[in-house]
Amino acid sequence: MKKLFTLLAAIAITANMQAGNITVKGSDTLVILAQKWAEVYMGEHKDVKIQVTGGGTGTGFAALQNQTTDLCDASRKAKPAEIANCLKAFGKRPTEYKVALDGLSVYVNPENSLKELTLDQVKDIFTGKVKNWKDVGGPDAPITVYSRENSSGTYEFFKEHVLKGSDFAASAQTMPGTAAIVQAVVKDKGAIGYGGAAYGGGSKLLAIKKDEASPAITPTEETVVNGTYPIWRHLFVYLDPAKDKGETAAYLNWIRSDEGQKYTKEVGYYPLPKNLRSN
Amino acid sequence: MEPLKKNNAPLGWMGIHRGHQARPVEWLAEKLIFLVSLSAIAMVLLIFLFVAREALPVFFGETNTALVQQIIPTAELDKHSDAEIQRYLELTPEQFKNMDKETLKTLMDVKIEALNDVPENFRNDPDAHVNTTDWKYLLKAHQWNGYDQPEYIWQPVGQIKKFNIIPLFVGTLKVTLIGLGFAVPLAVGAAIYVSQLARPRIRETVKPMIEMLSGIPSVVVGVFALIVMASVLQKIFGYQTRLNAFVAGIALGFAVIPVIFSIAEDALTSVPRAYTQAALALGASRWQTSWQIVLPAALPGVFAAAVLGFGRAIGETMIVLMVCSASVMSWNVFDSARSITTTIAAEMAEAVNGGPHYRILFMLGALLFAATFVSNMIGDFVIHRFKNKLEGKR
Repeated sequence: MKKLFTLLAAIAITANMQAGNITVKGSDTLVILAQKWAEVYMGEHKDVKIQVTGGGTGTGFAALQNQTTDLCDASRKAKPAEIANCLKAFGKRPTEYKVALDGLSVYVNPENSLKELTLDQVKDIFTGKVKNWKDVGGPDAPITVYSRENSSGTYEFFKEHVLKGSDFAASAQTMPGTAAIVQAVVKDKGAIGYGGAAYGGGSKLLAIKKDEASPAITPTEETVVNGTYPIWRHLFVYLDPAKDKGETAAYLNWIRSDEGQKYTKEVGYYPLPKNLRSN
Repeated sequence: MEPLKKNNAPLGWMGIHRGHQARPVEWLAEKLIFLVSLSAIAMVLLIFLFVAREALPVFFGETNTALVQQIIPTAELDKHSDAEIQRYLELTPEQFKNMDKETLKTLMDVKIEALNDVPENFRNDPDAHVNTTDWKYLLKAHQWNGYDQPEYIWQPVGQIKKFNIIPLFVGTLKVTLIGLGFAVPLAVGAAIYVSQLARPRIRETVKPMIEMLSGIPSVVVGVFALIVMASVLQKIFGYQTRLNAFVAGIALGFAVIPVIFSIAEDALTSVPRAYTQAALALGASRWQTSWQIVLPAALPGVFAAAVLGFGRAIGETMIVLMVCSASVMSWNVFDSARSITTTIAAEMAEAVNGGPHYRILFMLGALLFAATFVSNMIGDFVIHRFKNKLEGKR
């Protein structure tokens, strides 16, 4: 009998520990930031265990609807089909939290004399309408376009908001990650690519003009957070509303506090504007 | 141990060919091995069934990607029959049964929101009203809105999803053929040299070194090709696109060479020594012997090596994924290419579970499976024909 009690107690303790377990899955863009948050938070709260894995925003949503993850990191908004899948799985819309800002920069080779482009010119280059740098005020050289894999949230964001839904040029080279794009841009004189500003090491970040009349703006914390730099997006966390309580809710709250937002800059993203934070 | 039965004793089923009855342990072991080999076949079959099942809706035209679809207002939920609503919301009968009114209504709201999300400039796009997973759009060039001419386009993500699979097939074949064109002469040449011409000491060093190539993970080959080879080859040939099918093909060649080499070398070595000795005795030089006697005799094996190399090349993912992956419709080797395996590997993680993109990727997998299966069958058939011819059978 005594043994049975010890066993039960042991089970109770394990169950208790599991209550402090949070699994996070989703966007590869967010994975470094999510790991940073988890690391710091676990350091402060010894009883909480947070497991972070990447795999992509779509993978995160699939896991969310299969209920194999608590939080889903997303670098884009949930698609209607994904919301529908969640509804089919747990009968509720997933709750959405904005957790950080990301500014997307346009990279060119450092030897390229070009300094700025308008949004329309960026669109024309990536859709393949403009094929030579001299048409946008650069040197007389052909343009090689580098893009992300279409599985990337960055790709989708760029397509919807910069290309306004048009297709990328068929000749656009798709690279498996932002770092690979930068690598290629640094090696290729006629190259242009896009990705998070933090990754741009070695390449040249172009200043972007909203239209012909606007000033050219380089992506910095100030210009991204106040919205004057035109290419930026929110990063999200989604979860089943039934799970938005206890440790998970506390963790989400901490992420969106001044304290949690501090870490966004360390890994190359930007903090939420004050009005979107939790405190 | 069990004593052996006398000769006239009835033989056990498993012992027939050995002239004695199999011992229980042996019998069991034999059965187990048989089961294991069966399980390998069963696995392949199950994988194919799984892939095909996920792809079936595409074959039957059950997926619909039309952007602008017929909408049932949420308030009219009760006016429609259950079957209609179930089909409209794409639910299985079981899901439908377990759902309360509230959830159904939210699902209908989501449908309407999806339509409202469509940007204004796409509402009147003629392409927004068609189902792009139709075979017509999958296989034939179509003049999409905003293009000057009919084109083959693979752009599966975006408002209007374009799923033309022809550029992927072209890309796969292009890269594979370049890879084989590079690897087969090199590997077969090396195999002839090692098995026929090299002195034993050289053979003992060259052979393991070439076979060691197969130990290099394809990711490493990919990184090497991406960073070093692409730049070097561009300098030599001076083409415009730095990362293209040519670089990918050559890098792929490195992955394929050890496969072709070791099988071809085995085939060449196993040609009976009598052939070589007879040729040399008749006054042929070593070169003549290996080129005109040994190589023809080993041709089925060499051919088998090339076919296996083809299988390896067409299925290789990582190298092509890292080096080139633009879905251009072009046979020019210095243009980029996108292979089927690359497409599946890169896009599966993000495809909405059960959505049209997901289905099409599975269909590509099934087609690739079928393609390698058929190529292996053809290879097998040709090898047998060759062998029979060489052995003087008809």
